[in-house]
Amino acid sequence: MYRPKIVENLGEDEWIYAGHPACHGCGAALGLRHLLKTIGKKSILVVPAGCTSIIAGTMNAATFNIPFIHTAFGAAAAVASGVAEALSKKGMDDINVVVWAGDGGTYDIGLASLSGAAERGHNILFVLDDNEAYMNTGIQRSGGTPRGAWTTTTITGKKEEKKDIMKIVLSHHVPYAATASVAYPLDFNRKVKKALGIKGFKFIHLMAPCPPGWRFETHMTIEIARRAVLSGAWILMEYENGRLRLNPPSSNMLDKRRISLEEYLMMQGRFKHVKRELLEELKRDVELRWSEIKEILEKQGKQ
Amino acid sequence: MGEVMYPVTEPGEGAAGKTGNWRWQKPIIIIDKCVKCGLCWVYCPEPAIYLDKMGYPHVNYEWCKGCGICAHECPSKAIEMVSEYE
Ligand SMILES: Cc1ncc(C[n+]2csc(CCOP(=O)(O)OP(=O)(O)O)c2C)c(N)n1
Ligand code: SF4
Ligand code: SF4
Ligand code: SF4
Ligand SMILES: [Mg+2]
Repeated sequence: MYRPKIVENLGEDEWIYAGHPACHGCGAALGLRHLLKTIGKKSILVVPAGCTSIIAGTMNAATFNIPFIHTAFGAAAAVASGVAEALSKKGMDDINVVVWAGDGGTYDIGLASLSGAAERGHNILFVLDDNEAYMNTGIQRSGGTPRGAWTTTTITGKKEEKKDIMKIVLSHHVPYAATASVAYPLDFNRKVKKALGIKGFKFIHLMAPCPPGWRFETHMTIEIARRAVLSGAWILMEYENGRLRLNPPSSNMLDKRRISLEEYLMMQGRFKHVKRELLEELKRDVELRWSEIKEILEKQGKQ
Repeated sequence: MGEVMYPVTEPGEGAAGKTGNWRWQKPIIIIDKCVKCGLCWVYCPEPAIYLDKMGYPHVNYEWCKGCGICAHECPSKAIEMVSEYE
């Protein structure tokens, strides 16, 4: 019996069944596959309305082989809070309560319940599955849609910048908050494991490209997720008790060792209208985020 | 009063039916070129790739949707996508 190291590390148990309804090349389906591998069967998945409500199954079969709760669109973190408290009263603290919510279900309609759960500090892991629009209802813009991106409700490109959800979450002084990408499953796996080992409200923001929503061919999902990181548009990092650390490969990119932003954006139909001026603005958005990070790291270094 | 029937779905493959029927292109793994890195297995969103005892990958065509991610991610170009219509 031979197994590649990465297969050994991620584990061969699958808690998601093939033949599910996700589109060809769905980043969210891959993210769910790796999330479930890591949390295992002693877990309850809480999911608000979104693509995953559909991926979860039909009359034919249920896709996930672990307990799964469908919630109203804005309520995932509130439902998970209740589940976590009930389990705790029953002495069943060894069961992981995990929210998997879309960007719409997190940045927008789910923000109040997320804030409540984070402030009360319930023992849950909240995973934000970010495909940067309301995909399940036909690609409408959300607070997580980046500036410039075409959606069916921003046909000339979104004018506003992507909301900085990490700052909102960190303002609750949560013990653990991180970003991740479907192109880096070992990093995601490590972060989920670490989060499960910490008591309280944990947050992981996973970037999961969507071929029909971002307008790219189905084989490019991982390539695009990787380019998001290599261009610096998506930064892999984690905050433990408020202390920031960059993770590879983002940790080598502070001094601009990055591919150009065009190499990420121009692979996607949703950015194909972007011309010089807007491109410069999008580059400034990225630089601003990096300079903020630099500042935080410098401040930490002095402490 | 008669018995009330509830529709209960059990976990299992094929929630969306035989998703292999969605394919317009098909991944063919050329075992001679495979270096057993496991990346096609890692990145398949279904999952529709399984490994044999020796660690070689194989595609389960019942469920594979033909997205092409495995072929694109393979570092040794051991997976070819061929049309289902030729
Ligand atoms: C209160 C309410 N408003 C609207 C809807 C319709 N709705 C269902 S899913 C969805 C979009 C979900 O977007 P997101 O959270 O980003 O998840 P994705 O579909 O992208 O995975 C909407 C608007 C709903 N179910 N409930
Ligand atoms: S619309 Fe996008 S996120 Fe939703 S199932 Fe399809 S690929 Fe996945
Ligand atoms: S083509 Fe897509 S669905 Fe089929 S085996 Fe490759 S990655 Fe999996
Ligand atoms: S990605 Fe290519 S080389 Fe690696 S295991 Fe799959 S077929 Fe073999
Ligand atoms: Mg979304």
